Amino acid sequence: MALEQRDAVDPAGHATAESHGPAHPSPKEYVRIGLILAVLTGLEVAASYAGVSGSILIPTLFILAVVKFAMVVLWFMHLKFDDRRFARFFVLGLSGAAVLYLVVLISSKVFL
Amino acid sequence: MADVAIERGGDPDAAHAETTTGLSNTKLAMWLFLASECMLFGALITTYVLYRGRSLVGPYPADVFDIPYTSVSSFVLLASSLTMVLALSAAQQRESGRMRLWLLTTALLGMTFVGGQVYEFTAFAHEGLGLSTNLFGTTFYVLTGFHGVHVTVGVLMLLSLFGMSYARRLPDDPSFPIEMVGLYWHFVDIVWIVIFTVVYLVPTPNPGGAGGP
Repeated sequence: MALEQRDAVDPAGHATAESHGPAHPSPKEYVRIGLILAVLTGLEVAASYAGVSGSILIPTLFILAVVKFAMVVLWFMHLKFDDRRFARFFVLGLSGAAVLYLVVLISSKVFL
Repeated sequence: MADVAIERGGDPDAAHAETTTGLSNTKLAMWLFLASECMLFGALITTYVLYRGRSLVGPYPADVFDIPYTSVSSFVLLASSLTMVLALSAAQQRESGRMRLWLLTTALLGMTFVGGQVYEFTAFAHEGLGLSTNLFGTTFYVLTGFHGVHVTVGVLMLLSLFGMSYARRLPDDPSFPIEMVGLYWHFVDIVWIVIFTVVYLVPTPNPGGAGGP
């Protein structure tokens, strides 16, 4: 498996078309993703003014933020198209941050 | 050897195609760096949340935050991520004029964001919120200040790429260095996505009674 992946990347670390599906998105697709991100940001701001309770508002804001985060990482940073080992390194750092967050806040009994 | 690297897109590691991982060491190092940056900002965001709503004296977040203003800043930074990938796309198609245009646009949007942050900090200071005024001031300025420094470094890298392109000091295929700077730039964008939600949009309970926007 590892050897197959090794053969499937070029020296610059880009996944080749035959190994990981399509190449990087076209400019039109980038613009489409940018528009979706703008709409999601508008929804976040609108939600914060909607006057709903925190128990609904906070999860809504976090879901929207996670979707935006994932879209930027997957499309703009090309993790969706690059070799999966880059994603594993990044997820390692993200997991470390998440564990730190949970350990500190749970041990301090602080919740959003 | 270096000439070979430049012919292959400016990645020095391209000359060493037989790396043990089969991946570019430069790109791998960038992703490792970004992973470590996740830990840094994770610690800063955790600290902000830990002390959220625990200030004993004002100003409190609801007293100083201007959500519409910060929302515009967020749109500006998101737009800069879009222009960054458009610069990369132009570089991959060897369209140097378009690439320079998008690089400069990205840098200008980044400068607009940083300028907005400087204005925001100044306005907050005039309202009495200093670095050591209360827990909110300390955690807010350290978190957003660190992010602002990262954006400033990104702007300097973008301007360097722009200048190198004009001086024809980039390789014929400049997509690799642009992709590396782009990874850093998108990272500061995703950090802001989290900061904008956690710091600005989630309502903050405080002794003053008011919360959120």
